[in-house]
Amino acid sequence: MKMMKRKSAVSRELAATHRSQTLRLIKRNWLLYVFLIPAVVYIILFEYAPLYGLQIAFKNYSFAKGFSGSKWVGLKWFETFFNTPRFWDILKNTLRVSVYSMIVSFPFPIILALCMNNVTRTKWKRFAQTVTYMPHFISTVVLVGMMSVMFAPKSGVINTVLSWLGGSGSTYFMGKAEYFPHMYVWSGVWQGMGWGSIIYMAALAGVDPSLHEAAMIDGANKFQRVLHVDLPTIMPTVAIMLIMNCGKLLNVGYEKVYLMQNDLNMTYAEVISTYVYKMGLGNQRYSYSTAIGLFNNVVSFIFLIIVNKIVKKLSGSGLW
Amino acid sequence: MGKMKVKTDRTNKINSRSWDDIVYTWITRIFLIIMVAVTLYPVYFVVVASFSSPMYVNNGTFLIFPKGFTLKGYTEVFRDERIWIGYGNTILYTVCGTIFGTAVTLLAGYALSRKDLPGRSVIMKLMVFTMYFSGGMIPFYLIVKGLGLLDTRFSMIILGSLSVYNIIVVRSFMASNIPDELFDAATIDGCGNGRFFMQIVVPLSKAVIAVIVLYIAVSKWNSYFNALLFLSDTDKYPLQVFLRQILLAGEAMLNDTETLLDQQAAAELRNMAMVVKYSVIVVATAPIICVYPFIQKYFVKGVMIGSVKG
Repeated sequence: MKMMKRKSAVSRELAATHRSQTLRLIKRNWLLYVFLIPAVVYIILFEYAPLYGLQIAFKNYSFAKGFSGSKWVGLKWFETFFNTPRFWDILKNTLRVSVYSMIVSFPFPIILALCMNNVTRTKWKRFAQTVTYMPHFISTVVLVGMMSVMFAPKSGVINTVLSWLGGSGSTYFMGKAEYFPHMYVWSGVWQGMGWGSIIYMAALAGVDPSLHEAAMIDGANKFQRVLHVDLPTIMPTVAIMLIMNCGKLLNVGYEKVYLMQNDLNMTYAEVISTYVYKMGLGNQRYSYSTAIGLFNNVVSFIFLIIVNKIVKKLSGSGLW
Repeated sequence: MGKMKVKTDRTNKINSRSWDDIVYTWITRIFLIIMVAVTLYPVYFVVVASFSSPMYVNNGTFLIFPKGFTLKGYTEVFRDERIWIGYGNTILYTVCGTIFGTAVTLLAGYALSRKDLPGRSVIMKLMVFTMYFSGGMIPFYLIVKGLGLLDTRFSMIILGSLSVYNIIVVRSFMASNIPDELFDAATIDGCGNGRFFMQIVVPLSKAVIAVIVLYIAVSKWNSYFNALLFLSDTDKYPLQVFLRQILLAGEAMLNDTETLLDQQAAAELRNMAMVVKYSVIVVATAPIICVYPFIQKYFVKGVMIGSVKG
């Protein structure tokens, strides 16, 4: 009994000193909180206030009444969306583009990094890096503009070459719905491959050279060493990149999709986020489009959590 | 006899190993060459096409070497006042936005890098959360509208200038490059947080400041969706919005004129439009692509710092 009392007294005392120390630190570092004010205000205004505004997905929003004053309507807007005749088309388009893009664009940076890692001449290596990173800095508008001129029917380079090879030379790549996923995904590979390889290059630089030496003594050739030394070392990085890509699964790059859309490819090119934009800002159906956006975000978020769990179990490294 | 056999075995093994290595090396080399060529060619082609005579560009007589050098495309581009308005606005938004974003990011990143700041992990978590879950486009639009920022230059300057990712980059850099002892020593000499930040932290963080400035500047230069969302006044449009008009919305206009003019004139006009497009791409992208090779190492550094603790 006595012991217990003494113990609690000690812990109370400890807690008290801890509290006073925290207070002392707050007092000493008050200026650091001032430093944080601009960023915190920005994030509250432009990140958390929109989160608060998500409630209009369950309401009948009118601008005059504001977020909290509008009337609750429950899941009406979600039901409306699920019952739209276009719902399945839009969902399918979104998944088609994003899954295709993830599968195709994921391995390229790794392959590029492994090839780059094998280069011994530094000048060629630096040149290759400069060239492959470059497309990352080209804006989406310019990228889509480049595609539309280079793939133009008759006058574009691609069609010229195809006509030499016996094609018709007048394929309208940007205007054919079936081509849309390929155009979207492969232009993404072109733009993101080099930039994505940087992180793997960094991971490869961290490979222990003594492992390579040991493998060499055991008679492993270069390819075997890549397979059994390099790849296992960069596996945690690969895992994290995979999770992050999965988290973006439904968040298709709507800027690019929107720019690539035209009257002819809409059957394949309408995805959730562009639909949100059109419903929200084009038709001013704020509550309806917010609900669609929320559906998109929640599905992505759940997916991220699941993938993170799986990858963490398999490889031991995850986002959190 | 036995000795001999062992020896040939070993040489065989080494030979086959080096043979495998050569094959592997050549495969990776060819792969790399293909990837570099495929990346470089479109950029090269656009530049060359922008300097070439419209006639040759369209009938595809050249693929590698320029033909019929001309600056017609460029004179046409620079005659378009939209390019000038857009350039002016983009420079304004990029410069002001970068200054604002860098200052706010540095201050926040530094504060969060200090281990003796009570509550820093909570603030950090609340910031990171926004990277994975956001309100989405429409609530964001409504908030901006509610704040009275629609159609203002101010909104173009601040929106998108601050990103949590950049704050994390700064925080990681400072946490590992500015030792705690330095602050303790400075405090003993009577230096407060403000002076310590200005006179010690900032000069020691030049590398990460360069990274942040460049990240923000590139994203501001290239951003167009915010302008699409929030601007309706043409005089405030940044370059990218005009680019979209010229590059992607130009076709409708041409089809209209085609009915007015005779066939040959229409074809000529279409050829010209093509070259103008190539020139516009070069004009809009040149500033970034020209500066980029010199500052490449900073971008790479940014990725490295960011990947330490994403």
